[in-house]
Amino acid sequence: MKVLVPVKRVIDYNVKVRVKADGSGVDLANVKMSMNPFDEIAVEQAIRLKEAGQADEVVAVSIGVKQNQETLRTALAMGADRAILVVATEDVHADIEPLAVAKILKAVIDEEQPGIVLAGKQAIDNDMNATGQMLAALTGWSQATFVSELDIQGDSALVTREVDGGLQTIKVSMPTIVTVDLRLNEPRYASLPNIMKAKKKPMDEKTPADLGVDIAPRLTIVSTGEPEARAAGIKVGSVDELVEKLKEVGAV
Amino acid sequence: MLYGLSAEQDMIAQTVRSFVEKEIYPHEELVERTGEVPNEIAQHIKEKTLELGFYACNFPESVGCAGLSHVDFALVERELGRGSMALNHFFGRPQNILMACEGDQIDRYLMPAVRGERMDALAMTEPGAGSDIRGMKCSAQRDGGDWVVNGSKHFISGADHADFFIVFIATGEDQTDKGPKKRITAFLVDRGTPGFSVRDGYKSVSHRGYKNMILEFDDCRLPQAQVLGEVDGGFEVMNTWLYATRITVATMSVGRARRVFDYALHYAAEREQFGQKIGKFQGVSFQLADMITEIDAADLLTLAAADRLDKALPANREIASAKLYASEMLARVTDAAIQIHGGMGLMSDYPLERFWRDARVERIWDGTSEIQRHIISRDLLRALGA
Repeated sequence: MKVLVPVKRVIDYNVKVRVKADGSGVDLANVKMSMNPFDEIAVEQAIRLKEAGQADEVVAVSIGVKQNQETLRTALAMGADRAILVVATEDVHADIEPLAVAKILKAVIDEEQPGIVLAGKQAIDNDMNATGQMLAALTGWSQATFVSELDIQGDSALVTREVDGGLQTIKVSMPTIVTVDLRLNEPRYASLPNIMKAKKKPMDEKTPADLGVDIAPRLTIVSTGEPEARAAGIKVGSVDELVEKLKEVGAV
Repeated sequence: MLYGLSAEQDMIAQTVRSFVEKEIYPHEELVERTGEVPNEIAQHIKEKTLELGFYACNFPESVGCAGLSHVDFALVERELGRGSMALNHFFGRPQNILMACEGDQIDRYLMPAVRGERMDALAMTEPGAGSDIRGMKCSAQRDGGDWVVNGSKHFISGADHADFFIVFIATGEDQTDKGPKKRITAFLVDRGTPGFSVRDGYKSVSHRGYKNMILEFDDCRLPQAQVLGEVDGGFEVMNTWLYATRITVATMSVGRARRVFDYALHYAAEREQFGQKIGKFQGVSFQLADMITEIDAADLLTLAAADRLDKALPANREIASAKLYASEMLARVTDAAIQIHGGMGLMSDYPLERFWRDARVERIWDGTSEIQRHIISRDLLRALGA
């Protein structure tokens, strides 16, 4: 079985984001970029499937700018076998919308015929949480989202999902689209031999046009702003005073 | 190469950095408080390093290791420099002098060392022989086919965890115009050899938990097979292999300075006095500007020296410049970081005072700043016959 893992290049989670002066988005020029942490968990899971003998090839795919090849190299250094880079834009600030990404992935699936897609549940930059679901709709495959446990059993998979009220276990038929949550695993470090090997692993480059996909934006960003600064608090001397103040602001 | 690292080099540095952040940082406070590295933590770090293929990555592929270039390895050590030396000792980097092993020394010392089965320590310094290594008193006399060793060594880092030692011992004396000159030989000495003992050294202000130990030889008998390299060839062995330890000091100083700088930068961006962030005051912001400029300069100087080694160019002077500048830069950067933090910088609740203490030794070990200045100036003046 082949595993397809889409990986997104996003602003590093340690970077303090800054909104661009014109409010059109977040400033990404000269900012440290990394693989979306949820996608890292997906890559880890794919490699584990291969190590367990349940998969025979792990293919990482990334859609975005040319620099996404760094993100793909990270996936290769972790243990993916080969990579597909879809260069969809030259502008690091252009975010390819979930539907366009899903359509590109659908085209890649048609070519690659994987038995499972493992994706991050969402990207930490825009938190869309939509690509996996859209891809399931486009392919007509089953979907399992927010996954914290995955057990493939032949032509079906037993999946634990993290839902609001707790954990839900469902059975899905294969092939399937799985979007992974934080607790599924802890991604490994790239080993030194794998880092050295990563450069020699194949990386195909394509464009959306090669795959027959129109990526024209359908959404418009009206404005981007900093979260409102938290107002200063006050100190109260007693419980009575606390209750009184809470009443004043209508909190109790 | 100087103006950009390859994708692999970048990934190597990133991987080691995230290893240090996740596997080393969480234990630092404990090591600092107790002065000890618990065995299970040491073993865990060692196993993880072996698993990732980073153990002994300074050794060539011919002995089953990664065979990193000098620049690659400098990047590994730069990132390790961010973390506690006591802990990252177990991110094993055996002395590359072990490549001088021959015959069955290869299976007894070299291979177990690079596989993480036996740890090594290097012993040169004596109470009466610091920078003046030829002043050593620890000596070996021939007795039949063996050598009988007497004397002591001190400041021996890593000796508490070492299974064997590479010890430089005087094996004779030549009379020269400048007076008597010791002949020196490198020996491989197993822990537990009769007549050889390892005992606790001094309590150091720098690098708590990274202990310095004392080695004592009392009629310790060593067979000829324990000689590493040639008899009386200790200086050759030293010169062929030991240049690298000065790059280690330089690059680790850079890594630690970057960590310290991050603390100072964030503190300046958050701390408010007189109604504004202290980073708004030029008294603080200009210090930050000087700090990062010096850190970058030391980084480039060090990588350039390592690059010369990779290109097999003469590098003695450049390595000395890197060691001198980086270690002195670290002293200035840690001092400035404390100044930016004010009183809080000196409190043990915060790691700044530790970095400040740890920085002090970098100007002393592996050749003091004065020795580096001597090497640099001699290299320049000798060429002119001075």
